[in-house]
Amino acid sequence: MTPEEEKEFTRRRKARNLALGLLLLGFVVLFYMITIVRMTD
Amino acid sequence: MNRMEDEQASMASTAAPIATMPAEWRDFYALTKPRVMSLVVFTGLAGLLAAPGSIHPVIGFTAILCIALGAGGAAALNQWWEADIDAGMKRTAKRPLPMGKLRREDARDFGMILSGVSVMVMGLAVHWLAAIILAASIIYYAVIYTIWLKPRTPQNIVIGGGAGAFPPLIGWVAVTGEITLMPVLLFAIIFIWTPPHFWALALFVKTDYAKVGIPMMPVVAGETATRRQIFAYSIALLLISLVPWAIGGTGAIYGISALLLSGLFLALSVPVAFREAEEGDAMKPEKRLFAFSVLYLFALFTALVVDRMVLS
Repeated sequence: MTPEEEKEFTRRRKARNLALGLLLLGFVVLFYMITIVRMTD
Repeated sequence: MNRMEDEQASMASTAAPIATMPAEWRDFYALTKPRVMSLVVFTGLAGLLAAPGSIHPVIGFTAILCIALGAGGAAALNQWWEADIDAGMKRTAKRPLPMGKLRREDARDFGMILSGVSVMVMGLAVHWLAAIILAASIIYYAVIYTIWLKPRTPQNIVIGGGAGAFPPLIGWVAVTGEITLMPVLLFAIIFIWTPPHFWALALFVKTDYAKVGIPMMPVVAGETATRRQIFAYSIALLLISLVPWAIGGTGAIYGISALLLSGLFLALSVPVAFREAEEGDAMKPEKRLFAFSVLYLFALFTALVVDRMVLS
């Protein structure tokens, strides 16, 4: 693997991990809100 | 061996076109068929907004999110199963799997996770009946349509079209918690709408379906029979779209909109039904009907929601 390919490899993996992280964060917020709504029902 | 080498070795072991790089998040996003999902989300939202009763905005948002995730999961499973077929068709050859942008088993796992999460969250946060219908719709699309019917019968679209008809039913049940006649009618409208919508497309991409051995109606029964069936389904669509109004489930806004939209749909199906395509035909009537069919569904369900809001 050339240095350029290695750089691209790392970039893609970072972007994917960031997307996954944001997704998980979104679910945390959603579940928090669902819990609040259900508790006040 | 470090982790990077592990990933590369794992990719190299697949039979599909080998990706030398890890898939990008955009490839996973593309697996969910975002354009199809927009129609699914819209009809689901329409079902939710048109249902009698109320739902907390957070729970309503969760229901629509689950419908979207479920549709995305089913689409990913569809592409996992049909990767070889997609590679042979011009319309689908640029999808991530035929392009070798990600591993086939990753697409399968992604589809399974999305499907599972969507059903569980729907059940836990919204309503278990809505979750059961969502699970049924995923199985209907990924297994009954994709794996079983599509490669076997030219009626694949007729029966498989049911998969796309579930979202308004799910949206409705998320609010009411029960299945009544109105959401079943909404299901029926999309069910009857799907064959003429898809066959119009199949008429101008039929060479592709024939090439990969998918028994689409124009390939098996011939163009003439397909054109006649498009017309027959357009008549049925006109009738079924008026039933919610006829039984008093909606007001005049929906009724008049349905009459005009379904009338135009039927009018556009006439030139498709009663002509034969010639060599090098631009297939304009077919393309016009296909384009209008997408607009039709958006407009009809918008009318349904507006009608409900005015009534209430």
